[in-house]
Amino acid sequence: MKVLMLGWELPPHHTGGMGIVCYQMCKQLARTGAQIEFVLPYTADFSHIDFMNINPALPDDVEQVIGGQAGSTYDSQYFEYVLGDGSTRGAAMSEHQSNFATYAARLVQMGDYDVIHAHDWLTFRAALAAKQASGLPLFVHIHSTEYDRSGGNSGNPLVREIEYIGLHLADKIFAVSQATKDTIVREYGIAPSKIEVVHNAMEFQAHELYEDVSENAFHYLERMQAHGYGVVVSAGRLTIQKGLSNLLQAFRKVVDVRSKSLLLIVGPGEQYHELIEQAAELGLSGNVIFTGHLNGTGKQWRDAFRAGNLFVMPSVSEPFGLTPFEALAQRTPALISKQTGVSEILHSVLKVDFWDLDEMANKIVSVLDHKDLEETLADEGHEELMKQSWKKPAEQVLHHYHRHAAEHRELAYV
Amino acid sequence: MSEVTQRKRAIVLYLHVHQPYRIRHYTIFDAGRTHDYFNAPEGSRENNADIVRKVAQKSYLPTNERLMRMIEHNPQFRLSLSITGTVLEQLEAYAPEVLQSFQNLVATGRVEIVAETYHHSLAFFYNRYEFESQVQMHRDIVRRLFGVTPTAFRNTELSYNNDLAYWADQAGYKAILCEGWDPVLGWRSPNFAYRPAHTENIKLLTKNYKLSDDIAFRFSNREWSEFPMTVDKFMLWTKDSWDQPLINLFMDYETFGEHQWEDSGIFDFLEHLPKAWLATPEHTFMTVTEAAEAYDAADEIDCPQTITWADTERDLTAWLGNKMQQGAIANLYGLAEMIMQSEDLSLIEDWRKLQTSDHFYYMCTKYFTDGDVHAYFSPYETPYEAYIAFMNSYHDLKYRLAEKGFSV
Repeated sequence: MKVLMLGWELPPHHTGGMGIVCYQMCKQLARTGAQIEFVLPYTADFSHIDFMNINPALPDDVEQVIGGQAGSTYDSQYFEYVLGDGSTRGAAMSEHQSNFATYAARLVQMGDYDVIHAHDWLTFRAALAAKQASGLPLFVHIHSTEYDRSGGNSGNPLVREIEYIGLHLADKIFAVSQATKDTIVREYGIAPSKIEVVHNAMEFQAHELYEDVSENAFHYLERMQAHGYGVVVSAGRLTIQKGLSNLLQAFRKVVDVRSKSLLLIVGPGEQYHELIEQAAELGLSGNVIFTGHLNGTGKQWRDAFRAGNLFVMPSVSEPFGLTPFEALAQRTPALISKQTGVSEILHSVLKVDFWDLDEMANKIVSVLDHKDLEETLADEGHEELMKQSWKKPAEQVLHHYHRHAAEHRELAYV
Repeated sequence: MSEVTQRKRAIVLYLHVHQPYRIRHYTIFDAGRTHDYFNAPEGSRENNADIVRKVAQKSYLPTNERLMRMIEHNPQFRLSLSITGTVLEQLEAYAPEVLQSFQNLVATGRVEIVAETYHHSLAFFYNRYEFESQVQMHRDIVRRLFGVTPTAFRNTELSYNNDLAYWADQAGYKAILCEGWDPVLGWRSPNFAYRPAHTENIKLLTKNYKLSDDIAFRFSNREWSEFPMTVDKFMLWTKDSWDQPLINLFMDYETFGEHQWEDSGIFDFLEHLPKAWLATPEHTFMTVTEAAEAYDAADEIDCPQTITWADTERDLTAWLGNKMQQGAIANLYGLAEMIMQSEDLSLIEDWRKLQTSDHFYYMCTKYFTDGDVHAYFSPYETPYEAYIAFMNSYHDLKYRLAEKGFSV
């Protein structure tokens, strides 16, 4: 099985969950024998990845493409082209997407591929160009839609248009959750039978797990815990989709009944300043701590999860949501909104409707006040996490590859 | 004061000298580990030594040199200075030659030092006991470095209300300074000495903001219809109030060379001012206490609300206008009792350095989008960075208290 995979990011240069999912899924697919050509929109050192070929999509006269800054994968992004003579020039998102498409269309004709697999709208123009050039079966993989990213609104019409065309012309759609499948059916008018739910998994390497016993980077939080403080952590992009504004309101209620409570908010995003002001307006200046951007593969990032007594993902709309896995990996219990894809598969976590501020506060206080609850959730959650594997999701994907590849071959011989 | 002096018109030039201890990029990872909030690495925007040395070269040294010449060449020239404790400390450490030049000025006997809080804080509005401690600390350092005891008072950012005047009167000051703000003065002119409501002895001197700001803010503004400003033009404007005794020119000392750069001609303006003014025999200069003693109060001024010399609102909103600022300062003063009980001098001093009003000014979101004067004076990229660095320092203070067994 030879796959042309079109992605937008891979660790460690990732800003969202999509990069991690692509990496882990491809690794499992490769284990089962799939040969993967992975096309990325930027150049970087990927010598640590040996299970697939990685191709940066280079326009003709360009030697190197330097990607946009952190936190921008889903926003408008800016690329820098390094030309043959060493000079550089900037390229806007639309120009680079178009070059990416030209590259993909050329590459697909040079290899003996069986399928094309594209991740999210950013790669859809390239996916369609490749399909048009080759006629191969196209799988589009939906990690999030514009509907989700705009917090349940219509979002950017141009992005929606690209999503719409990609979804309609795809031979099969993989959705990361049932909720995402429902969204695609409802918002984009796609037949349910064309969509397969492939839940994400998350596999950790030993050094990423709780066994890390070195001193926590958040020394202050650890010490304040010793003085009776409870620490709540939330991490991710600070966008409307993530529902942090609700968490702040719920946290006001928490502090009202339990003044020794701290909330650590990790991450960059367009709501950064807005949330700082909101925390101050709620009188939470002394209780809410903002770190800004932390490297998603670094120790500080993991330590943020490790430092919390509870991790909260209050998302308004979350197709999947990998961060609870990261919390459980550090044996930190998780409270997640029911409006997340991951809540379909995780059981040893607390769940709440994102709008139910009283219940959110109630559950936070319960965990902070009751060590036995915290420990039970941590142990059970960790155990559940350790059972996570890409084996089943990868089998699902392969199954559909084979079916569509076979159909395609039959059609070709007719 | 003789009868002759009393009939003379006087310019009261009062300059305010201040530098805060700017907080470095202090992160949550530093909290609980290092307590060096004010120790930015060399070359960074918040490095206090760099800033003090830069301002010394651009403003303090060249201005003091001219002030000294003005004193030497004009027997009637005098002025008043307020110099905060936080800048005096930094001058001692990073630019002793500047401190020496201030000492030389004061030694002439024609430069009055005005009292204020050591830390340039807003303590008066949050903690009266702490406020008085800081005024005492300032008194002590002025005595140690200049050998004089202040007799006039000004509060941080020229903030003023009836309560402050009452306090200063009770404390024995002869003069107190405030903005000559129209809503407070009403029909009155700022060019007289006044009696603050409910006081017995103290006199109130009000800033002539029109003429002061012509120098401090508008001097180099090419959009200004009066640009370029000259000494002759300025003298003409002073004639509008020919029958009034005082012209209170109150401004930041850093106007000279830092806010208005040397190439604007500000130094020449300053140096030529005394000669032009004193060319008229009925003119003189006075320090603030001299002016308060020379003239009777023309009327009583009632000011229940707090006014300052900042922005078009002349209130405290540049420091306490948004919730970040209010939260930050309320949390800081909330630690007061434990901090004092700790008897840990370095902890107390760090807490006091965090009270400096500049920290709250950097968090100002008023006009943030215009990138105006507030942004110019901030070493931080945004008000939010300023807030985060401040609150992380606050968390570390809490940590230090907790480690000492306080229930924070």
